[in-house]
Amino acid sequence: MAELRMVQAVNRALAEAMAEDPSVFLLGEDIGAAGGPFGATRGLLDKFGPDRVRDTPISEAGIVGAAVGAALSGLKPVAEIMFMDFITLAMDALVNQAAKARFMFGGQRGVPMVLRTPHGGGLSAGPQHSQCLEAWLCHIPGLKVVCPATPADAHALLRAAIADPDPVVFIENKALYAMKGEVEEAPAPVPIGRARIARPGRDATVVAYGAAVHWATEAAATLEGEGIEAEVLDLRSLQPWDEAAVLESLSRTHRLVIAQEAVEAFGVGAEIAARMAEIGFDELDGPILRVGAPFTPVPFAKELESAYRPDAARIAAAVRRTLE
Amino acid sequence: MADPIALFRMMLTIREAELALARLFADGEVPGFIHLSVGQEGVAAGVCAALGPQDSVASTHRGHGHALARGMALEGFFAEVMAKSTGLCGGRGGSMHVADLQRGMLGANGIVGAGAPIALGAALAHRTRGTDGVAVAFFGDGALAEGAMHETLNMAAIWRLPLLMVCENNGWAEFSRSDTQVAAKLGAWTQSYGVRHDEVDGNDVVAVAAAAEEAVAALRRGEGPRVIEARTHRWRGHFEGDPQRYRDPEEAGRMAEHDPIARARAALTAEGTPAQTLDTAESEARDAVAAAIAAARTAPPADWAAALTGVYAPAEA
Ligand SMILES: Cc1ncc(C[n+]2csc(CCOP(=O)(O)OP(=O)(O)O)c2C)c(N)n1
Ligand SMILES: [Mg+2]
Repeated sequence: MAELRMVQAVNRALAEAMAEDPSVFLLGEDIGAAGGPFGATRGLLDKFGPDRVRDTPISEAGIVGAAVGAALSGLKPVAEIMFMDFITLAMDALVNQAAKARFMFGGQRGVPMVLRTPHGGGLSAGPQHSQCLEAWLCHIPGLKVVCPATPADAHALLRAAIADPDPVVFIENKALYAMKGEVEEAPAPVPIGRARIARPGRDATVVAYGAAVHWATEAAATLEGEGIEAEVLDLRSLQPWDEAAVLESLSRTHRLVIAQEAVEAFGVGAEIAARMAEIGFDELDGPILRVGAPFTPVPFAKELESAYRPDAARIAAAVRRTLE
Repeated sequence: MADPIALFRMMLTIREAELALARLFADGEVPGFIHLSVGQEGVAAGVCAALGPQDSVASTHRGHGHALARGMALEGFFAEVMAKSTGLCGGRGGSMHVADLQRGMLGANGIVGAGAPIALGAALAHRTRGTDGVAVAFFGDGALAEGAMHETLNMAAIWRLPLLMVCENNGWAEFSRSDTQVAAKLGAWTQSYGVRHDEVDGNDVVAVAAAAEEAVAALRRGEGPRVIEARTHRWRGHFEGDPQRYRDPEEAGRMAEHDPIARARAALTAEGTPAQTLDTAESEARDAVAAAIAAARTAPPADWAAALTGVYAPAEA
């Protein structure tokens, strides 16, 4: 058992996967000698050499396109896109190539690649370095999307993503990189698509992912003082997402709140709300409520950004409302 | 050296297949959009003759010739374009996505310029594995306006990857002359990356094969990427059914002067190949195409249940 920061857990998962499987290699901007903008690849160049830890030019379309070509040719690339905002430049490779290849080539071959990228705000990084764009990707048949909330899950899910035969977008929350948590020496694998109860409760279910898991847990602690037991379900995987686990929790609590850092409109929460209205309607004793960011870009100023970001207070208020 | 008769045969196969597709399309037996490479067969046949089974090819929207020259079987090819379950892609890709991964044919591509970074990745895979495999990216002269082309050549150059970029310069980018769209001359563009550029007459299949063989040998020696520009002619519309109002009918009328197949036949005849050998090659190509079409016609239509479960790898039991 070791206490690791989230970014170290990512690093360990990469190192383990590379040591086990010579077909795994990394590519991205300043991931080699510089160790990555957030340090996720620190030390890996020395361990594995420049062919397997490849520093690339500032060419997001080329990086992800090359990852697709390498994956179709039998390697397992793990590409890093420095900020999730920059996937806009790589969308063709991701959406039209990686996501489609298995299907449109009739299953001849898949694209076993991982795209690691950090999302989220809280760092005053402004409108082009803070976005949570995961809903775009969840909308694309052929992609898988994962977003861990703890170091242990970051480690286990990155291992699962690298082992996966299909393209996985692995989203790391920037504000959680420094968060510490226990990671076992030989942890049990965590399959993609399985949620986790982060905090049990019987009065309301709060479904969350990424940083919102921690806000929801904080909200649940506040609500406990008011005699409300909120269950926090950490989705961990967004595509596929654990519909059965959400329905099961809802069947016990009969109230549902969905919290996310991303813009609320047309988001992951909207899909979960719609599905639960379809298959869990009879279980609902209150309205399904969403807590997400307002329909604006992420602002730079600290005051503006803290007004923008969802937090524990807003989640707690939503839980109270759904219990009214 | 590639066998000139084999080159001739491959061009015939591509020509027969595509002229048959034009008829099938007109008769409604082929749905969707198809882009034919009639007149450009010398490039596909010549370049692919320089490759071995370990090599990789990423293609374009005009990719039938590349797929067939890579060895994709006519049966799987026609069944695919005719939307049958026996298509090599199960009828889910069609003309713009014909692919044969077993043969290192990484797919035609509906996105202009997108094949280049994929070929770059294949070249990276060959390098990382330490094999002497090479990757080829076919692209059109119009595609040079796409940013991905620049990113690809830049990365291939800094990493000295075994990537051969082959420009099929037919003068057209869809309905526009490509010189109204691309300011750079390909040679100057290539050389500004420190990469060697060779120009070749795409209607001379033997010359294309020789240029490709020389480039591929250099790639296998680890000398870094190369660009070959093959001047060629698109005989037909951008896609089948294109009324080509933008095109001078006189230009279209002159196409046959550049016919790579007629030229190859004349050269073979001059070298003493008996007419009967050449005639037999022609009728064999026609018969093989006819047999593949007949098989595709009787094949079951594309399978919806298989498509639904074909998005992701099957879950492990
Ligand atoms: C990204 C993208 N933009 C536009 C198109 C539409 N389109 C298909 S082919 C083509 C022209 C390509 O010209 P060129 O690369 O010279 O190839 P050619 O058709 O001459 O073989 C265009 C604009 C497309 N398929 N993809
Ligand atoms: Mg062209």
